[in-house]
Amino acid sequence: MDIETKHIEGNNKGDVKLYALSTCIWCGKTKKLLSDLNVAYDCIDVDLLDFEQQQEVIKEIKKYNPGGGFPTMVIDSKDCIVGFDEEKIKNRFENK
Amino acid sequence: MQREITGQEINSLYVKIKKDAQSSGYHLNPDEQFSKDLVKGLLINQARYGYQACPCRLSSGSIENDRDIVCPCDYRDADINDFGACYCGLYVDQDIFSGLKELKPIPERRYKQSTASEKDSTVAKTETILVNKESSAEMLKTNKIPVWRCRVCGYLCARENPPEVCPICKVKKDRFERFI
Repeated sequence: MDIETKHIEGNNKGDVKLYALSTCIWCGKTKKLLSDLNVAYDCIDVDLLDFEQQQEVIKEIKKYNPGGGFPTMVIDSKDCIVGFDEEKIKNRFENK
Repeated sequence: MQREITGQEINSLYVKIKKDAQSSGYHLNPDEQFSKDLVKGLLINQARYGYQACPCRLSSGSIENDRDIVCPCDYRDADINDFGACYCGLYVDQDIFSGLKELKPIPERRYKQSTASEKDSTVAKTETILVNKESSAEMLKTNKIPVWRCRVCGYLCARENPPEVCPICKVKKDRFERFI
């Protein structure tokens, strides 16, 4: 199934996937921070997907973040940053 | 297709929520743009699902599963008590309101993480356990929820901690005593 993903251009700092909600303010702050850091990433606004797709995406998110919750950022299919954790996000991308 | 939410709609709900908050001892986030963005999220969810679900949580589309996250959510008071703000940051405590403390992201307390191996948890059939699943009556009986009494006006409330401000007579938290 094709999940609608928006690619945001920037420097390649690995495979960065951001699971977000279009209405969520902390997700918005995370998107902005990634853009400010000029990180290329794929963004999925889960609330805009249809029900079937949401189920699929939630399963995927829970592999990395069992508690669920948005934003969830998955990097290189192994690392995960939950929430707008400014320090963690900056540490991860700033000097790489 | 989602209809556009107008500035006027946002403004009128913002004013109403702010007034309600002030009159019952709560504070809206003083960052007006931040609060209005959240209010817009509430209106989008109202249009989408028929109820004002928390903009920072994924709605199931069914009120039966989402009643706990209709704003103000079941978790607001506990989060304000523990972190100074609710999960999305619309409601904040006195310290954040007056700029003494900075607003930080709040961890999600909605779900207890299931200890058993992760099942196919879906949004609609919320298999993850809601924290407040136990009925309030049960919790009162077992003394899990204390009852607090405002020593000034006698206002009683059953919740984990007394409110920051008495919603009736506006005295501070330290004027409450445990009643049951």
